[in-house]
Amino acid sequence: MKRLFPILAMLTALMLVYALYQALVVAPTERTMGDVQRIFYYHVPSAWTAFLLFFVNLVASVGYLVKRNPKVDALALVSAEVGVVFCTVVLVTGPIWARPVWGIWWTWDVRLTSTLVLWLIYVSYLLLRRFSDSAQAPVLAAVLAVFGALDIPLVYFSIWFFRTQHPQPVIGGGGSIDPRMWRVLLINWMAFLCFALLMGWSRYRLESMRREVEEAQALESLLGDDRGPSAEIRNPKVAPNRSGQ
Amino acid sequence: MSLLSSTTRGTITRATLTKDIRLEWRSKDALNSMLFFSLLVVVIFSFAFDPLAEESRRIAGGLVWVAFLFAAVVALNQTWARELRNQVLDAYRVSPAPPNALFMAKALGNFFFVSLLEALMTPLFIIFYNLRALGPAWQLIPIAFLGTWALVVNGTFFAAISLRTRSRELMLPLLLFPMSIPAVLGMVAGTTAILTGENSAHFWIVLLLTYDVVFTTACLALFEKVLEAE
Repeated sequence: MKRLFPILAMLTALMLVYALYQALVVAPTERTMGDVQRIFYYHVPSAWTAFLLFFVNLVASVGYLVKRNPKVDALALVSAEVGVVFCTVVLVTGPIWARPVWGIWWTWDVRLTSTLVLWLIYVSYLLLRRFSDSAQAPVLAAVLAVFGALDIPLVYFSIWFFRTQHPQPVIGGGGSIDPRMWRVLLINWMAFLCFALLMGWSRYRLESMRREVEEAQALESLLGDDRGPSAEIRNPKVAPNRSGQ
Repeated sequence: MSLLSSTTRGTITRATLTKDIRLEWRSKDALNSMLFFSLLVVVIFSFAFDPLAEESRRIAGGLVWVAFLFAAVVALNQTWARELRNQVLDAYRVSPAPPNALFMAKALGNFFFVSLLEALMTPLFIIFYNLRALGPAWQLIPIAFLGTWALVVNGTFFAAISLRTRSRELMLPLLLFPMSIPAVLGMVAGTTAILTGENSAHFWIVLLLTYDVVFTTACLALFEKVLEAE
């Protein structure tokens, strides 16, 4: 498996270069928007990749709650982290495109707002992981991921209803898309998926190593001297009988 | 767990609930700080916009619920912290009492405190912002009821999660607010619809009801995992 990693890295680099060439040179220029439309080839694949990764996170979180396999938990963590990165790309490239086309950076439209809320939920997921002890974090985070998944449809419907009551800016919806644009879009998505896989993989390896080190340190402090962080130091009332002996 | 009959569950819930209410009645810590906090919000917001009748009708829905949401966090943070002091929570974990009974007691207790806060603060909002509903005012009651439960049930659950983290008081709003966005939107938009009388609040009541059913079920299903997370 480890030998596959540089191969995937090479492949991803080639794919990204090819996709960049396709997006900037090969794809036809959009008639009304001009060259700024080319950001579409980064915006949309990032969004699809982010949603896919959040879905992987949900499946892994449910899997962890059922089976309690630490590897599945690492997968949940990694997919959430990489998903937040791609979701951030979506939220950044969107306004860059919207400013020349719509004339505004941001609008509280249903898709924009629910993507932002999705991003907020996953950032709070990552914060929870950062702030909790490594022993409890997997369960708590998995529970939060399930709550987030239940929340997303409610977020979407509530904002959709809220916004349909108000006038909304015309979004370039409807209309047909040039088949050449579709091809470039799919090439870009493939490249982005490879990139996400590469990032996820290297992050997963790092996370497994971190856990191994943590376990080794815990074992060392159990076997070796008493200087390691034991339960009594953190919570002195837990073991009063020991001091009485 | 299945050995316990539903009456035992009811007894445990009632015992915990009366204990919490009695403790709060003696100290009144949470209630006083919530009341004072929301009073401060009322005063500070009056500087942010001109509290004329027409203007405040549009803004009051958001204002009232933001004040209650922030104030509720004060009570929610104290929910479980009290049980940590003498290892009550650890004792509860090793006892055969069902975790759901404890959760329900805590959620109902918080619902009681936050409802009390709302009942005391609403007249003040009406006086300070010259509020008069142009729509069917009785619909504010289901919105308040369902909205408060929506805040409190997830709030109690996330307070139990944030109890297990470092800097737990800070963690609760960070977890609760993103998740509560549909509920807060429902409360605010529903209240505004009734106050201005421009739209029907029907959709928002249904939304809040759905939110409550979905998350009450999720909380009851997953609370045991949070309580026993080690």
